[in-house]
Formats: sequence, C-alpha cells, structure tokens
Amino acid sequence: MITAERKPLEELIEFIRPYKRILLLGCNECVTVCAAGGRKEVGLLASGLQMALLKSGSNIEIRQHTLERQCDPEYVEELVPMLDGAEAIMSMACGCGVQQLAGRFRDKPVFPAVNTKFMGASERQGVWAERCQGCGNCLLGVTGGICPIARCAKQLMNGPCGGSTGGHCEISDDVDCVWQLIWDRLKALGQTERYLDIMPAKDWRPAGGSGPRKIIREDLAE
Amino acid sequence: MEKFEPVIVAFCCHYCAYTAADMAGSQRLPYPANVKIIRVPCSGKVDALHIIKAFEKGADGVYVAGCLEGDCHFKNGNERAARRIAYVKNYLEEIGIESERLEMVMISAGMGQRFAQTATEITEKIRALGPSPIRTATAL
Repeated sequence: MITAERKPLEELIEFIRPYKRILLLGCNECVTVCAAGGRKEVGLLASGLQMALLKSGSNIEIRQHTLERQCDPEYVEELVPMLDGAEAIMSMACGCGVQQLAGRFRDKPVFPAVNTKFMGASERQGVWAERCQGCGNCLLGVTGGICPIARCAKQLMNGPCGGSTGGHCEISDDVDCVWQLIWDRLKALGQTERYLDIMPAKDWRPAGGSGPRKIIREDLAE
Repeated sequence: MEKFEPVIVAFCCHYCAYTAADMAGSQRLPYPANVKIIRVPCSGKVDALHIIKAFEKGADGVYVAGCLEGDCHFKNGNERAARRIAYVKNYLEEIGIESERLEMVMISAGMGQRFAQTATEITEKIRALGPSPIRTATAL
C-alpha cells in the first residue's frame, strides 16, 4: 500500500485559515489501511481543526466525506454536487489523490493533509515498512523475494557493503542489512549459487529516470 | 461569574469500572454528579474519535476506566486503551487542549471505594484546571 502520515495541525491550519467553508476528503484505500486518511482520520482531523480554530477565534465549516478511491476519476466525479459553496478542498489521500482532485476541480484550491511516505507493507499492527520503490524492473525473482532497491540504503545490486555488521546496516541498528537477509533466504532456499551471479548496473530509466512514467493498456484505454 | 461545574465524561468498562460504579452506589459512597458515565463493553472499545468528540461537544475532562493490568475480559483491551489515550493526549496538546484533561484509570469490579475516590479526584483536578478552552471559546 501507499503509506502516509498526517501533517502537523499547525501546517494544516495555515492552509485553511483564509477560508470559511472547506471539504475534508478521506480515501477508503491505502491511507485507510495505514490509519492516515480514512473515514475515522477525517473525523478526527475535522474535530481537531475545528477546535484549534475555535480557540483562535475563527469559525470554519468543515464538511467531511470519504471517497472509495481518490485516484480514480469515476469516484472523484461524485464530489461535484458536494462542492457547492466549498471554498477549498483538503485531501487526506496520498499525493495521487490530491493531484486527481486538483486536476478535476481547477477553480478550487486543494491542500494535502498528509505526507505521502512510501510503498510499504505492514510488519505488525501499527508498523509499516518500506518494501518497494516501483523501480519498474522487478528483481525479487533473483534476490530471494527481498528487495535491495527499497531496503538497501545504497541500493546495492551486489551487496553487502562493508557497513553490514551482525545483520544490521551501518545507518542504524534498527535497519536490517538487506543483503544479509537475501543471503539467509537464498541459503534457506538452497539457491546460494545465485549470489555468485554478478548483477549488472541497474537501468534506472524504468524507475523514473527518463521522466514521469505511464502505463497504457491498449485493450482497456478509451 | 457563576461557579464552574466541570462536565466530565467517563467511559467505563462493563466488566470492571461500570460494576465498580454500581458497587459504589450499593455502598452508598458519594461521588460528584459531574461525572457522566458511558458504559462500554471494554475500555479497548473507546476510540480516539469518541474522546475527541466529547471534547468538541464541550466536555471539560474525559477519562477511560478499564480493568486492572492483566485482568481484561478481552485479553488486552485495557492495554490498547492506555496506548490510545497516550496518543490522544498528544493530539489534544497539538489542538491546544491541556492533556491532563484526559486520563486512563484502572479499577476492578470490586473497587467501589476507588471508583468514588477517582471520580472525586478527577473532578477536583478538572475544576482546578477550569473550563476547557473549547467550552470557553464556544461560549464567546
């Protein structure tokens, strides 16, 4: 999922201070799962903003709504009747959702309520960790299902480096050395010979190195 | 100025604190009428949203009363509640509401005396803190 974290209240208040009526929008997808921008977080933020503003003597009407998916035009269209009178939109979705709204509603200011972080997986309840950088050419088939692009601080293709100690990365004891994990996994799979293959330098063009990426499925595209 | 009477919302677990409140009643132990009890099936049921809404609607103080450590009817709902309270306390500070207005307490079903004492102590603490800044701002 795409993970996110709410921005500090102070920053959000500055965004909306000039307005009297805003629409606060959540998203039912990734940001709901990582407890950053789902229906519940929309409720919490609306109350928080309302109270913080009330304290400073201003009153603002905050309408709340949560879309099934903010990154999809068919759901964004639902908002048309709700936008009457709303001077600005604050979105709790990831950056994709925010941009989808900004593209559709060109006359409304759209503000992000969260900082979009990374593509990650849940390690346990309440803990999410980066697992994929969308590099466009997946290596997991040869690295034992563990990604050196997303999980090695140096994105080494042929690791580990000299900073790997006792299974930890030199940047922090809390970070596993991904090449140690890859080695352990290849050993468990009986595929240690794979480790001897030298991987060539990575072509970063599919990773975004040649500009914004797009997927066009001719059979689906209209 | 009229004498300030705090409004305090107490989310009480059905299996412990709520029963303790009953016990306090049977023992004829007085506790302040400022405390409005809401019975919940477990303190772990109390969501951040319930607490924040209580403050938004004008509560001067909120507390969540769960079972003693290790005694939760649902294994660890009280521990979850305690972690949630810590999280909401930070959010309250961010909003500009004193975090002391929110507390987590642990009371067993037999502790009628402790229930009454806790209710009294929290009421006095909130009375000393004065009206919640939200209530004050709404009254203006």
